[in-house]
Amino acid sequence: MPQKATVGFKNRDIISIHDFSKDEIQHILKVAKVYKDRPHPGLLKGTILASLFFEPSTRTRFSFESAMERLGGSVISLADAKSSSSSKGESLSDSIRIVEKYCDVIVMRHPLEGAARLAAEISKNPVINGGDGANQHPTQTFLDLFSIQETQKKLSGLHVALVGDLKYGRTTHSLAYALALFGAKLYFVAPQSLQMPDHIMRNLKKIKAKYSFHTHPDQLMSKLDIFYATRIQRERFPDPLEYEKVEGIYVITNKLLKKVKKNFRILHPLPRVNEINYEVDDTPYAYYFEQANNGLYVRQALLALIMGKAS
Amino acid sequence: MRAFRVYAIKQGTVIDHIPEGKGVEIIELLSLRKWKKVVTLGMGFTSRKLGAKDIVKIEEKELNQDEANKIALIAPTATINIIRNFKLVRKTQVKVPRVIEGIVKCANPACITNHDHVRTRFYLEKAKPLLVLCHYCERYFDESALTLL
Ligand SMILES: [Zn+2]
Repeated sequence: MPQKATVGFKNRDIISIHDFSKDEIQHILKVAKVYKDRPHPGLLKGTILASLFFEPSTRTRFSFESAMERLGGSVISLADAKSSSSSKGESLSDSIRIVEKYCDVIVMRHPLEGAARLAAEISKNPVINGGDGANQHPTQTFLDLFSIQETQKKLSGLHVALVGDLKYGRTTHSLAYALALFGAKLYFVAPQSLQMPDHIMRNLKKIKAKYSFHTHPDQLMSKLDIFYATRIQRERFPDPLEYEKVEGIYVITNKLLKKVKKNFRILHPLPRVNEINYEVDDTPYAYYFEQANNGLYVRQALLALIMGKAS
Repeated sequence: MRAFRVYAIKQGTVIDHIPEGKGVEIIELLSLRKWKKVVTLGMGFTSRKLGAKDIVKIEEKELNQDEANKIALIAPTATINIIRNFKLVRKTQVKVPRVIEGIVKCANPACITNHDHVRTRFYLEKAKPLLVLCHYCERYFDESALTLL
């Protein structure tokens, strides 16, 4: 999809994983590694990030705001949609026109799909999508990829299981797409009613993704490099009995991990509820907390790149 | 008899092979109610290809390619006949444009285009059967999901 005219990453919007090539993704991960290895405290001094959360998400907001502060920039923040102009009926377009005057870069989360794309078209300053409804959350995808590369020392040709709610879980949609770009073999493990939706499968077929569908993870465990777990919400099942039937199948316990490879790692976008048993936290396979922490470096990299302070 | 029912026009455009019932939508789509000259709508003609079809005749107006392409979204089978001095001078098939702007509504209720002041935009993914991609919410829609704005 068309972007603002840019050279490299300077001034570029970060809206959807579909806007990025393999090379560009790899470049972002490389820059993130630089910030993980060594802090750059003065890099964005004098730069202001407007953090617009039209829908609450404390984790994502903290991660972005901390990333900006750690690079020496500052943050102005709209943390609560209830007190914001949008609840008084102001259109998103108008809100963006006002806010862009106060800042150099905008991060926004919004319940409507395409909201960040629209904001980017209106704003002269770059916009980072912190989640637009069920559509995209590209910085989550970048931090997932960063964590996968960090644990596997490569991104190409991996065996990755995406497990849980694949229908409503947008993180698995973008991650499946990005991993397919790198030639991964994908295993979609979910109850039938929560499998990958058609529009996502269409995107995957377009890039000739390799995948298979499964209802149970057991038989796959010895093949996998990455187990990407997501939460299954009770509300997704019209029939509570149906939920109780599947509830136990997708819980990771130490017993399930008996046959895994040495490089095997478990990721989860967090928060978890009961998908990962607490006993698993002490195994060498647990990587979800480090994964969440990696969000900080990936977001620093994106901020620095689009502000033209990293090359 | 046929010549009488489908009378010839001297100058203008005959839109033929419109799927039955879509003729009215084409009149709306091209804002032909505002056209100062004669517009004729014929409905329910027998067609070998379609079973039944509608025909729209617009006197003293030659449709341009953009207008013809808009028609493709709701009547992909339509043909455009340009008439000058009772003679057919050009006959073209309609073709869905690669970028469809401000013509159809996004069928995703959670799409920003259904809530904010913004022109819809879709990319043509496949012409037959029609499949388009919303620029904003990144969802795909087929012909049955598309409605005119
Ligand atoms: Zn849409």
